[in-house]
Amino acid sequence: MLSKSQARSFFLGGTVVTFLAFIGLTVYSFKPSNDQSNHSQIDKKVVRGKELWESNNCMGCHTILGEGGYYAPELTKVIDRRGEGYVKAVLQSPVPWGPRGRKMVKYQMNNEDTEALIAYLKWIGKIDLNGFDRVVSPLAKDKK
Amino acid sequence: MKYKSQKVAYWFFGLCMLLFALQIVYGFIMGFARIGMDGLHDFIPFNTARAVHTNLLVVWLLTGFMGAAYYIIPEEAQTELVNVKLAYVQLISLAVVGVLAIVGYHFNIWEGRKFLEIPRELDYLVVVNVLLFLGLILATLYKGKRKTTTALVLTMGLLFAALLYLPGMIWFDSQVTDSFFRWWVVHLWVEGVWELIMGGILSYLLIKLTGVDREVIEKWLYVIVGLTFLSGILGTGHHYYYIGVNKIWLVVGGIFSALEPLAFLGMALFAVYMYHKGEKSHPNKIALYWTIGASIVSFVGAGLLGFAHTLPQTNVYTHGTLVTAMHGHYAFWGAYAMIVLAIISYALPNMTGRKRYNNKFGHAAFWFANVGMLGMTVAFGVAGVVQVYLERKLKMEFMDVQNEIMIHFVVLLLCASLFATGIILYIVEFFKYGKPTDEALVVAEA
Ligand code: HEM
Ligand code: HEM
Ligand SMILES: [Fe+2]
Repeated sequence: MLSKSQARSFFLGGTVVTFLAFIGLTVYSFKPSNDQSNHSQIDKKVVRGKELWESNNCMGCHTILGEGGYYAPELTKVIDRRGEGYVKAVLQSPVPWGPRGRKMVKYQMNNEDTEALIAYLKWIGKIDLNGFDRVVSPLAKDKK
Repeated sequence: MKYKSQKVAYWFFGLCMLLFALQIVYGFIMGFARIGMDGLHDFIPFNTARAVHTNLLVVWLLTGFMGAAYYIIPEEAQTELVNVKLAYVQLISLAVVGVLAIVGYHFNIWEGRKFLEIPRELDYLVVVNVLLFLGLILATLYKGKRKTTTALVLTMGLLFAALLYLPGMIWFDSQVTDSFFRWWVVHLWVEGVWELIMGGILSYLLIKLTGVDREVIEKWLYVIVGLTFLSGILGTGHHYYYIGVNKIWLVVGGIFSALEPLAFLGMALFAVYMYHKGEKSHPNKIALYWTIGASIVSFVGAGLLGFAHTLPQTNVYTHGTLVTAMHGHYAFWGAYAMIVLAIISYALPNMTGRKRYNNKFGHAAFWFANVGMLGMTVAFGVAGVVQVYLERKLKMEFMDVQNEIMIHFVVLLLCASLFATGIILYIVEFFKYGKPTDEALVVAEA
């Protein structure tokens, strides 16, 4: 029968081995040659867009890369799907946006912030998502 | 209760009850918003309600874990807590940080990073608070006469949980990197170190409730937490399939996360087997229900429902849909909410000296809450599967689909009412027990 000290070794051994493998894979994933996100294209505007994305908690309703709330549409491919003009109208709307009944928060963003968010969403839209991009936003590219 | 300082746990449990009640209120706000009743939109929009709902969940569970530690560690280490006053200071500062964060969410003060919405400035206060807590627990353990495996596993879980909070505090310019390290907190908590905390509490409760030999129980505890880390660490990969990192995670995450249910299966078999093996029939049946219940429901919610969408071939369709919400509710409920309610049910009679073990209300609370939560899970599940089919197979528009599935949220709200009734009964019972007393020192400890 298994003894307590064998059980402890199983715990410690398994933890150390998988933890090291995890760190190794993390390093591997972030090797520049494995980049799928066009990391070099992240400029000031995109960073500002990310700040706005966070400070307004857009993720509290929307998903991006499939992560967030399930209350409002997925935004990974929104620029492809709707175009910049539409997104601008949503962000600058003086009344809560909500043509189908469900309301968005009224942001009335200025031009500068709107452009930053659009730059951020454009950058997001170009990330290679291992095939998920085809499933998540059916109205992107496929339709045309 | 054997040590006076264990009483401090009572006030942690009290705070737990309060925050839990509030969490449910915000759940209802979201549920109603989803059936078009969004009258609160101007004051509490959905993203505020969501941040409050999920953060309160995490905070009340952590409060419960801390209370559990203050109750369990002195008894396991056979010594009084090193400093009771500081434990109260820690409790109050925890409550203050929690309240500040929650209030801030109503005024657009937050970081929109799912589950980690607490702003960086407050994060530092959280760190100080947790350091104080860990200091007290570690010092008590160090001073103690005995260092049991149960106490070590519980403390290790709490310590690692604190360390893992740190990667969530780093700023990244890239959404991809941000998300990658956010999972080091969120995933490695619930599918890693929190399972150690759960395992530690479960083991303590089984020793007390079944009377099975400690050595046997603790041996299996090592096996279970061994399985947890063996599968759970690399299992983090199931969140890396589709966020813009290398395809290698599809293989690694798929294989290892598919093994994660084993740890939860272990937990369920462990509890049921020890219950049958035990000769002792402890009079506190309510605590026994919650304990065995937690081990079984966590296997269903985390193990089975987690497995259902963890393979990359399935997850590509279900990622970021209400299917995830279904699993999130039943997993958190079974594994963590129920184990906290179990330790509270066990500790209360011992701290207050009142043996209200087997009354109707206690049993009704258990069944109402569990049947209600099961119903909610089914409602989320049906809504989720329909959403996946219409949106991702038939390629319908998001809002058209949402309008189709609205009816399931009416069902959700009905089941949520049953659930809430159960929780109200539980909280009423909690307060009926009254305050903890030193007289309980002699009376209790059956
Ligand atoms: C008690 C343990 C667990 C809890 C509390 C839990 C909770 C959650 C929560 C809240 C989410 C949503 C996260 C987000 O999107 O931000 C989630 C996602 C997920 N969980 Fe779990 N989980 C647990 C265990 C498991 C296990 C054991 C498995 C696999 C066998 C699993 C598989 C998944 C998967 C695949 C996702 C991603 C869903 C998606 O792509 O949208 N979970 N879990
Ligand atoms: C009256 C009871 C409750 C109601 C009506 C309710 C409702 C909701 C709703 C509508 C959401 C948001 C889903 C979305 O983004 O569209 C949500 C999220 C969530 N709730 Fe609840 N909830 C309740 C109780 C609970 C309890 C007791 C727990 C934990 C044990 C819990 C854990 C969660 C979690 C983890 C999430 C995030 C899920 C994810 O992002 O995948 N909720 N809840
Ligand atoms: Fe996970």
